[in-house]
Amino acid sequence: MSSTILITIITLSVLAFVSAVILYVVAQKFKVFEDPRIDEVQALLPAANCGGCGFAGCRNMAEALVKADSFEGLNCPVGGASVMAEAARILGKVAPVVDPTVAVLLCNGSPEFRPRTSQYNGASECRISHSLYLGETDCSYGCMGWGDCERACAFDALHMDPSTGLPVISDDKCVSCGACVKACPRNLIELRKKAKKDRKIYVACSNCDKGGPARKACKVACISCNKCFKVCEFDAITIADNLAYIDAKKCTFCRKCPVECPTNAIIELNFPPRKPKIEIQAEIING
Amino acid sequence: MLKTFPKGGVHPPENKLTAAIPIEYMPLPESVIIPLSQHIGTPSITVVNKGDSVKTGQIIATGKGFVSANIHSSVSGKVNRIDFALDSTGYKQTAVFIDVEGDEWISTIDRSKEINKEVKLSSEDIIKRCFESGIVGLGGATFPSHVKLTVPSGKKCKVLIINGVECEPYLTSDHRLMLEKGEEILTGVSILMKALKVEKAMIGIENNKPDAIAHLTKLASTFRGMTVHPLKVKYPQGAEKQLIKALTGREVPSGRLPLDVGAVVHNVGTAFAVYEAVQKNKPLIERVVTVTGKSLSKPGNYMVRTGTPLSRLIEAAGGLPGDTGKIINGGPMMGKAVINTDVPVVKGMSGVILIPREESVRNEIKPCIRCAKCISVCPVSLEPYLLMTLSEKGLFERAEKERITDCMECGCCSFTCPASRPLLDYIRLGKSSVIKMVRERNLK
Repeated sequence: MSSTILITIITLSVLAFVSAVILYVVAQKFKVFEDPRIDEVQALLPAANCGGCGFAGCRNMAEALVKADSFEGLNCPVGGASVMAEAARILGKVAPVVDPTVAVLLCNGSPEFRPRTSQYNGASECRISHSLYLGETDCSYGCMGWGDCERACAFDALHMDPSTGLPVISDDKCVSCGACVKACPRNLIELRKKAKKDRKIYVACSNCDKGGPARKACKVACISCNKCFKVCEFDAITIADNLAYIDAKKCTFCRKCPVECPTNAIIELNFPPRKPKIEIQAEIING
Repeated sequence: MLKTFPKGGVHPPENKLTAAIPIEYMPLPESVIIPLSQHIGTPSITVVNKGDSVKTGQIIATGKGFVSANIHSSVSGKVNRIDFALDSTGYKQTAVFIDVEGDEWISTIDRSKEINKEVKLSSEDIIKRCFESGIVGLGGATFPSHVKLTVPSGKKCKVLIINGVECEPYLTSDHRLMLEKGEEILTGVSILMKALKVEKAMIGIENNKPDAIAHLTKLASTFRGMTVHPLKVKYPQGAEKQLIKALTGREVPSGRLPLDVGAVVHNVGTAFAVYEAVQKNKPLIERVVTVTGKSLSKPGNYMVRTGTPLSRLIEAAGGLPGDTGKIINGGPMMGKAVINTDVPVVKGMSGVILIPREESVRNEIKPCIRCAKCISVCPVSLEPYLLMTLSEKGLFERAEKERITDCMECGCCSFTCPASRPLLDYIRLGKSSVIKMVRERNLK
């Protein structure tokens, strides 16, 4: 009886020792060296795994940062300048200054401006509706309102407004990861340079049709009348494909073009109210 | 035992309301809109300008490249403008607007009613004439016919298959054409046989058209090498590969063409158009369109000039019923709803169906219950439920492995799904994404 127990103990001990030796040898032989800085940098990153940097996840971004010779072209839009500066400090490199951006919808075609001419009854996804026909309105460039962008947003920054049928982007929550840009089949979302107090001036239209048909389909469409182009003193406005575009890097927020635009396609946001010039003159005359 | 394809298929209610109504010639409209892309392939290029006078049958746009077709003016009059217009595909494309003035035909067209059965042209000349006359497949796919008639070297066509199946519900345009223009169609078939240099032609007709089968069988006995084959009624028998399988028993492999099994398929409407082009020198400027719907007061089959707005057709059929929910271009299974009634008739339009509102709305989408009905009805042995999920999640590489590109978009899966899932909507999306992905990969 006791010999059985003894044999068992000895057998198992020998087996355990041999296994331990094999495991040790294998572990030494196949040891993979991993830069400890990768873990350090990954801890800094926001762990959102949103893909905004262009990599599959934060781990891949951390590996790329450690491997890279310079930070040129690498940026975590979610973490922003502070995270990039911290990562640069750990890795002993310099983080280039990248302007923070924010998502902006280049369409303002709510039902009051852009009447619905047909009714879509298929699967309620923009990408399917877009592949089938020009959409519920006569504008084949504008927002279809089925919310592919809302479903793509992982930061709760984008919600469909049921009254306008358009997505509303919250500037505070938007981290400009670009998920909505990819989700929109009509490329209606642009990542624009963020300005002070979230001020924005942009052409809220993507219609590349000529003026007539564009205006017929939507009252707030850009009709490429060139008025904004002429009034702009800073060469910020370009007109291509019957559509005006304001370069956010050149725009100085002089607020001249929104007044000129005959269709109100140029939108200004988060500005103080304009000084009522005409009334002042009237007062002077009266006074 | 009647022939049919072995796997899958559905039996939608036939609703062939207009089967007994003879073809009626539509009066000319005041103006026509002729889109420049009425075929698969590169859009044609206009050869007329604003203000030009054109005659009926005059060429107004020439096909550019091999897979393209000429487009002719279907009326005589003045070119009003060349502009973007909404067409039946749901997109805007360039079209020629012509204001109708009289009905003056170009002199080369033989407008006599006699049937000319003697084929004088050689094989090459027939193919050339088909290209010049802008003949495209009139079954709905609008593939330029001259391309199908040109057999590449190394391949041999053994049998010509004529598609008189008309498996889509509601549509009766091919049925009426077979009854009324039987001799012309069979002469057209003999022209096609000569062009392809084949000795054998098989005409497949579904068994729900016994009058057409009897009529064509009687006529075919006077022509050499032609046989008429009644087929068991089953949708989508009119699909090219399914029809080949039903008639010859040979299966066209995935990603290959009918010519790989020695067959070429043409529609009866195309055979008629080929007859007119070759024997009468008349380009493709009109076609039979079935205008039908349960609440339409005067549904019928109309011979319509291309470019006629749908509103004119509906007017001729008794006006737009108040309860119309959808107007469908083509058959109810594969057709597409149009946006408005200004859309013009194009070469590939076989029918216009006005669906009442209560029938036009889709049912509420419910979760998949894994009943596998979609798998059992798929005629190309795919797994639609899986393809839908893969497309929805954007897993296109896996979808490619599951052979999503073999889908011919017949809609059997969506038709049969008890949970009303939009299977085809997603599969179509996945299919186009996979095709795009493969094209990009091949470019690299």
